[in-house]
Amino acid sequence: MGRLAPLSRILRTPRGALSAAVLLLIILCAVFAPWIAPFDYAAQKLSASYREPSMANWLGTDEFGRDLLSRIIFGARTSLTVGVTSIGLSVLAGMALGAAAGYFGGAFDRAVTIMVDLSWSFPEILLALILIAILGPGLTSTMIAIGVGHLAQFTRLTRAQIMSLKSETYVEATINMGAGHAHVLFRHLLPNAMAPVIVAGMLATGDAIILEATLGFFGLGAQPPTPSWGAMMSSGTAQIFIAPWIIIFPGLAIAATVISINLFGDSLIDALDIRQRLREA
Amino acid sequence: MTGFLIKRLLSLIPVFLAVSLVIFMIVHLVPGDPIENLLQIGSSPEQREIVAASYGLDKPLLLQYLIWLQKAFRGDLGEAIILRQPVAALIAQNLPHSLILGVSALTFSTLVGVTAGALAAIFRDSWVDRAVMATILLGSTIPSFWLGLLMILLFAVQLGWFPVSGAKTWSALVLPILTIGIAGVALVARVTRVSMGDVARRDFVIMLHAKGLPAWRIQLRHVLRHALLPVLTILSLRIGWILGGAVTVEYVFARPGLGTLLITSLNQRDYPVVQGCLLMLAMAVMLGTLLGDVLQAAMDPRLRERMR
Repeated sequence: MGRLAPLSRILRTPRGALSAAVLLLIILCAVFAPWIAPFDYAAQKLSASYREPSMANWLGTDEFGRDLLSRIIFGARTSLTVGVTSIGLSVLAGMALGAAAGYFGGAFDRAVTIMVDLSWSFPEILLALILIAILGPGLTSTMIAIGVGHLAQFTRLTRAQIMSLKSETYVEATINMGAGHAHVLFRHLLPNAMAPVIVAGMLATGDAIILEATLGFFGLGAQPPTPSWGAMMSSGTAQIFIAPWIIIFPGLAIAATVISINLFGDSLIDALDIRQRLREA
Repeated sequence: MTGFLIKRLLSLIPVFLAVSLVIFMIVHLVPGDPIENLLQIGSSPEQREIVAASYGLDKPLLLQYLIWLQKAFRGDLGEAIILRQPVAALIAQNLPHSLILGVSALTFSTLVGVTAGALAAIFRDSWVDRAVMATILLGSTIPSFWLGLLMILLFAVQLGWFPVSGAKTWSALVLPILTIGIAGVALVARVTRVSMGDVARRDFVIMLHAKGLPAWRIQLRHVLRHALLPVLTILSLRIGWILGGAVTVEYVFARPGLGTLLITSLNQRDYPVVQGCLLMLAMAVMLGTLLGDVLQAAMDPRLRERMR
């Protein structure tokens, strides 16, 4: 087993197994969307608008007669792409900043800490809206807004890990034996500091998906005809009396994704036994 | 206490300058000419001149920022492009609605959150605890705009108990408060539960049990009281998040307010209004956090000492 031991430990608990299964299903939907979706997500058929869920359109149709199920399946692509890209880049940047600040200290560390505290004191939705005001609406702006909004969290977490590892005896020994900065950082500190940051990143992906949906709902994220769970609901609000399914099903997709990400991440924390290290930061 | 207060207020100044600078820079960073971004389409060259002069657009950027800030402090936030009104007047119309919603949601989150968290801690591992924990999971994972829409569907459309949208009656406040509140309750309840669990293991509590005090009295009079401090800490850190939730929820319920104004203006690229709203919201978050800090210091003298 070796490296895969934590995974098998997660899958043995009902919570871990169920969340992993749901997550896998959603990822498969996103990857194989064109083969799974029964209809073209953008195919309009105005004579079939606002159809109730039926055998033909399992989840009903929207205001343009587009198949809701197909749009939700393609929407998984948008959500996951935005979530994984924005958080992935944010984790990488946060690790670089946090590691440099924690390892070298000094003026750079103070500057980073000030920036982190500054962005930490504002809710991510406010930061996102400021960035969207500058960058204009759209998916790229959404990803940048989410990534920048989470940067403080990953920087802070990495910095705390590096600071506590730096004083370990084995690190001091390595430095005293004449190892260079790069060797100490990349061979010893970062590999040991990574686990909590990556798990925090995984959990943040859930927040990112919610933020993407919220911005999409405001009309500031994905632009038509890109299928986005949030933007789909926004078009449903006008017809909440006659077509509630346009609001219910995309929301269920978001909830299922985010809840399974949270439960899986939580199982991962237990399996890797890093709860304490996450709390310290 | 006064020293503490002054120190905290002073520490807000650089934060305010940094944030207001970013907000000021919006019109210069978006593609296009800053004057165009501040003008109605089809404005005459004379109007151009007036706007350029009033913003000092021919002066260096730093000076422009100072002029803008000075005018903002005098209550002059410019003219809305689409709505054709002074931005300050628009904010004055919308701010009370946001304040009412924010403050009631905060009160609701605190009261219900502490009660739920305390019940979960006292009846640990019972069905009460499990119900609270399930609500916490839902409250922290469901997007608040979807929750708002579901509430509208159930309580307004199906049952007809509350209005679907707007802010004409007091009953229109109920669903928005519940929507923001559930996320807030989840946060407060989680911290209360953990914190009470920690306090219950301390020596003085064991001592109280040994003295024969009834368990409910120990929980309510001693454990809860000590457990409230971390709750206050989290609340003061997260006040901004709860107020930020108001932005989303206002828009869902089509309530007038700063959030609705901001999002509508963002969609219409009405930059003077966007700047005004963002500035107000940033200040609200900063003042909220300050208020939380002060409350915390008022309750815990040790903190005042440390901050001095």
